[in-house]
Amino acid sequence: MAQPGPTGLRSSSYIAESQTMEQRATIPFWRDVRVIAILSQIAFVLIVAALAGFLYANLSTAMRQRGLAAGFGYLRLESGFEIGEGLIPYRPSDTYGRAFLVGLLNTLLVSGVGIVLATILGVIVGVARLSTNWLVNRLAAVYIEIIRNTPLLVQLIFIYFGVFYQLPPIAQTLEFPGFIYANQRGVFVPRPIASPTFLPWLAFLAAGIVIAIVLWKFSPRLFKSSSMLAPVLVAVAAALLIPALGWMLVGAPPLTAEIPIRERFNFQGGLVLSSEFNAVLAGLVLYTAGFIAEVVRGGIQAIQRGQIEAANALGLSSAQILRLVIFPQAMRVIVPPLTSQYLNLAKNSSLAVAIGFPDLFSVNQTIANQTGAPVPAIAMVMATYLLMSLFTSLVMNIYNRSVQILEK
Amino acid sequence: MTIDTDTLGPPPLSVGVLGWLRKNLFSTWYNALLTLASLWLIYTVSSQMLVWAVTSARWGVITTNLRLFMIGPFPPDQAWRVWVCVVMASLLLGLSAGVWRGTVRNLAAGLAATYAVMTLLPFEADTRIWHIVNLVAMVGGFALGLGRSKWGRWVLVAWLVAFILAMIVLQGFRGNPWLPEAGSNLWGGLLLTFMLSLVSIIASFPIGVLLALGRRSRLRTVSIFSTLYIEVIRGVPLVTILYMMQIMLPLFLPGEVRIPNVIRAIVGMTLFTAAYVAENVRGGLQAIPPGQIEAAQAVGLNNALTMLLIVLPQALRMVIPTNVGLFISLFKDTTLVMIVGLLDVLGVGRSVLAQPDWLGRQTEVYLFVAAIFFVFSYTMSYASYRLETTLGVGKR
Repeated sequence: MAQPGPTGLRSSSYIAESQTMEQRATIPFWRDVRVIAILSQIAFVLIVAALAGFLYANLSTAMRQRGLAAGFGYLRLESGFEIGEGLIPYRPSDTYGRAFLVGLLNTLLVSGVGIVLATILGVIVGVARLSTNWLVNRLAAVYIEIIRNTPLLVQLIFIYFGVFYQLPPIAQTLEFPGFIYANQRGVFVPRPIASPTFLPWLAFLAAGIVIAIVLWKFSPRLFKSSSMLAPVLVAVAAALLIPALGWMLVGAPPLTAEIPIRERFNFQGGLVLSSEFNAVLAGLVLYTAGFIAEVVRGGIQAIQRGQIEAANALGLSSAQILRLVIFPQAMRVIVPPLTSQYLNLAKNSSLAVAIGFPDLFSVNQTIANQTGAPVPAIAMVMATYLLMSLFTSLVMNIYNRSVQILEK
Repeated sequence: MTIDTDTLGPPPLSVGVLGWLRKNLFSTWYNALLTLASLWLIYTVSSQMLVWAVTSARWGVITTNLRLFMIGPFPPDQAWRVWVCVVMASLLLGLSAGVWRGTVRNLAAGLAATYAVMTLLPFEADTRIWHIVNLVAMVGGFALGLGRSKWGRWVLVAWLVAFILAMIVLQGFRGNPWLPEAGSNLWGGLLLTFMLSLVSIIASFPIGVLLALGRRSRLRTVSIFSTLYIEVIRGVPLVTILYMMQIMLPLFLPGEVRIPNVIRAIVGMTLFTAAYVAENVRGGLQAIPPGQIEAAQAVGLNNALTMLLIVLPQALRMVIPTNVGLFISLFKDTTLVMIVGLLDVLGVGRSVLAQPDWLGRQTEVYLFVAAIFFVFSYTMSYASYRLETTLGVGKR
């Protein structure tokens, strides 16, 4: 029992303390929250482990019974199948590992190019959606609704069969100026070839770009001009003139074009953009642009009207308002959802399998069917996509942070 | 009569049709250019489409195969079972439209009008009869529910019961002469698309809520496990999960268990969707002000009751619109099962194109498939938009 203290206050707190001490001592350990937390976590881990063990045991039995390989040894074996296209040379006598690499590079190519083009188109459509021009506004709305309310797979197949497959057969190839040919197989364009003088010329190009940026940033201070146009003109002039000067100084032309030559049944040389690649790229870009447009619209609408009115009051032109006032602020709202659209585009590129573009998933499906090692093949595909997703979110998070700091 | 300068009308170019045109289409020189370019674009696209649709398109590929598009390989003599399910849905939609006002009523009116138009179209006799039955069921349900706003909760229960009933009617029983077994391997077309998306979203919901709670749990192992699951699933494409399930689900289970391909796809879509549901629900959970939880604790509720009675009801209500959005994308994503060889609407389209009569009719078939998806998704996004306004979500 409590002893009488010098003041009432202290004694009552002392009583309370001693009582809780007593209670704590009498609480059975199975009702202690800390013990419960530990016990339930142990139980949870045990259940998960038991489930995983059960699945793993079944998996290994089933794989042994059906003679499915578990290791990654198949990657060093000869693949023996053709791949339609790729960034690196590949023959059927190469290994499965190299086939995997070809598929991975194709996925990266179509995602990378797709992200850039989808961003450009998405921003254009998003701005058009907010246009004061009623017709432009409606057109953008119709585009967005159609794209967002139909499945991507249907769009991809439709674009492949409805557009690129409808091009004339090789005998009636369409010809465009500048040695560009189009037929059912794809689009053939001249391929730039670097000559020995390319590297020295690259130095001129880099110098031109650096000087242009420096001029664009500092020319108002150098020339004491308040014009908005002058720095841009000076920069563009520098970016064009210096490489042009370099082209003349290095002697032989640093870049030559390999023109596609028409043969009886095919084209030789040049850069081939296959119909499958074009369809996947067009489908992904059109689809993702519809979503990016909505993201951009949301970002722009998040800006308070007062900002635009203030910019108007300062006498900025509407292009300047867009570039200097709206976009920097809208970026803060836009970047996080934009990141998830980029991730979606990369993941959606796996639908390329439906129209026969040899992407990561498609190549690995073939590998899984041929090698009898579906489990490692699937694991590799999923791990690769996971890494791609993590890397993209990492990069976009860094960018996001830089945009957010600008606010202060 | 003198001209009263005070009451001079506005200049004729600023009001009326001309004023509207000037303000909205020709306000500046570049707006005028844009308008002309848009007009040209609309004209070329629509005139070419119209000419194609009327002259060179052969719509017979759709009309002769309409049953395949709707139910796939489901036995034609058993098609009445699908119709019974549709009638149940019509009845309940009518009932809901009677009980509630607003969006549901608009949807029901739209569907009723569609049925009315369909009875006039030259379908086969029994199809037309079913259309009429649907229309009657809908109107009857509406009359029954009109003004009975207290039935709301029971109507929701009825929807759930009807869904389970529909599964039983479609599945049937082995050896039963009236309702022979028609397993999931016979489902196809729009029927399969609907079953895939409905079953997956319903099954993924509880898993998703558990994962969301798990991710916010104070228990480290639980939250690490949930986070890992959610992030891994969200980091890989759906098609890899579907493919993995097709190949690995039979391997994961004891040898004697056999699983139809449709169930494998449903398991894959459920596990996939659960991760996205979890992220939606987590958003809802985070939006609950901590005061709510503190108040619940002050009234003496324990953790479980606080979750169940205070936090979850508010959080789930808040995420209804985002989950409708999720359902729409799931509905569209069901087309991916074509890649693993199932006969959903798109898969049926592909198999129809393999018929020698209809070679090279890709444009008609895929336009039709796209139109089906557009109608359903657009209706759902309209409903979700209206729902968002009614629930007052996102308004502060």
